[in-house]
Amino acid sequence: MLEIRDLHVKFYTRSREAVGGVSLAISDGEILGLVGESGSGKSVTAMAVSGLLPRRQCDYSGQILLDGTELLHADRALLRKIQGKDIGVVFQEPMSAMDPLMKIGDQVGEALLLHTDLSREDRYFCVLAAMREAELSDPEALYGKYPYQLSGGMLQRAMIAAAIVSRPKLLVLDEPTTALDVTIQAQILTLLKKLNREHGISMLFISHNLNVVRKLCTRVAVMQRGVLVEEGPTADVWTNPQHPYTQRLIAAIPTRTRRKEENEP
Amino acid sequence: MKRSANNYLRAGLLLTALLFVLILLGHFWTPYDPAAMSGGEKLLGPSLRHLMGTDNFGRDIFSRGLRGAGTTLLIALCTVAIGAVCGIAVGATTGYFGGRVDAVLMRLNDAMTAFPSMLLALVLISLLGSGKYKVILALGIVFIPSFARVTRSAYAALRDANYIKSARLMGAGSARILFVHLLPNILQVLLPALTIGFNNAVLAEASMSYLGIGVTPPDASLGYMLSDAQSMIASAPWYAVGTGTVIVLLIFSVGLIGEGLQRRNGRQRYA
Repeated sequence: MLEIRDLHVKFYTRSREAVGGVSLAISDGEILGLVGESGSGKSVTAMAVSGLLPRRQCDYSGQILLDGTELLHADRALLRKIQGKDIGVVFQEPMSAMDPLMKIGDQVGEALLLHTDLSREDRYFCVLAAMREAELSDPEALYGKYPYQLSGGMLQRAMIAAAIVSRPKLLVLDEPTTALDVTIQAQILTLLKKLNREHGISMLFISHNLNVVRKLCTRVAVMQRGVLVEEGPTADVWTNPQHPYTQRLIAAIPTRTRRKEENEP
Repeated sequence: MKRSANNYLRAGLLLTALLFVLILLGHFWTPYDPAAMSGGEKLLGPSLRHLMGTDNFGRDIFSRGLRGAGTTLLIALCTVAIGAVCGIAVGATTGYFGGRVDAVLMRLNDAMTAFPSMLLALVLISLLGSGKYKVILALGIVFIPSFARVTRSAYAALRDANYIKSARLMGAGSARILFVHLLPNILQVLLPALTIGFNNAVLAEASMSYLGIGVTPPDASLGYMLSDAQSMIASAPWYAVGTGTVIVLLIFSVGLIGEGLQRRNGRQRYA
């Protein structure tokens, strides 16, 4: 359903290409994990997919097809129709990703307001339903609250509710759990998995945390210095990494057993 | 949100409300007809009959002051309204979009600020002609750059905030982002600027009327009265003092609001 063909992005201020010819595909209902270190181009790829590429500050080429619609070169008007409706985005920092002066409910319902002509009342019920699906308890009470009244985990759930409220085909998740503590992280991952299973929403999951990717993603792609070095089903990549960079990445994960081995002579 | 006690804001609002009520009242009712002359009561000092005394035509200064303050207030409010609406529009577009629009509009802005504002207003008045509404228009135009600058920096600071990005990702158009998402968030910067602008407008009107290029005779404004009072400062000092006090009070009370707002914001500044 999403196909990235030979994506190149080069910022004017950098000599090296941020993304140097990436081709990727996500099929229906699939969760693709995109991993790599800082500066590997994973976030730029996500920006290109969600339509946030600062077009005036970079050269870009290639194709991004969402169910056959070209997004990379699409004009603002077309992009606006797709953003929020077919593609939902969840950022890393839920605290800063919400308008501090807008009620939670209104923010969750923003996509509905912009893309549908549902009545105020219908929107209200859709928002409550989405918030419930994002496992926010007591959505009626949360509807009228402001972001500063919610915890980070709740805000991230609200962001997810906002992203799924219009039933998008694709969810772009840019390190959605990085800013959260470990227990909340686990809950969010379970939630994402549930949404994927129940609604068949495809996801592009950007992360530098391999453990998180292993738990969630069906397929994984590894990027380094702007190029894709390895791609395949998560289990395969995990047990049998081909590229030396992937091998190093996996070896870098601290585990109980490894520490034990190291400690024993 | 629990607001901590803010006596500046409270006192400012109270005083301003009081003045506004008095001025509004003065629009419909004054103790004496502000234009009625009385030969027998020329240049009387303040007394219970005439709270602020009378001028050289025997007109009641308190009544004239009330009506005059009304004119001044109208001019100041309209000036701020024109300046703020245009300034916010310019500041929002330049701050949010940046690029060429920003360069062109802000250089125009700089060009306007390069002239002393009084001089610019003088030039505009000489082009437009004098009178209450011409003064409003001239001052309004002169006030655009300051609002544009404050708005621009606030918009530029928030342009790349994550919640603006996510609004864009919801498919919100530029107009919606500018006025529904950004404007409420810069209000805390804008409100103090509005109060300062109001005060400057009161002073600007006073100076222009004082120079004789402001409101024309049938209307009285505080500045006009002040220039009147100057010629009889020795024989009727209460005229100048009374009128001056009204101006000071007006500015003081609105200034208190501005100060209170800034304290509440923790002195956040973008400019």
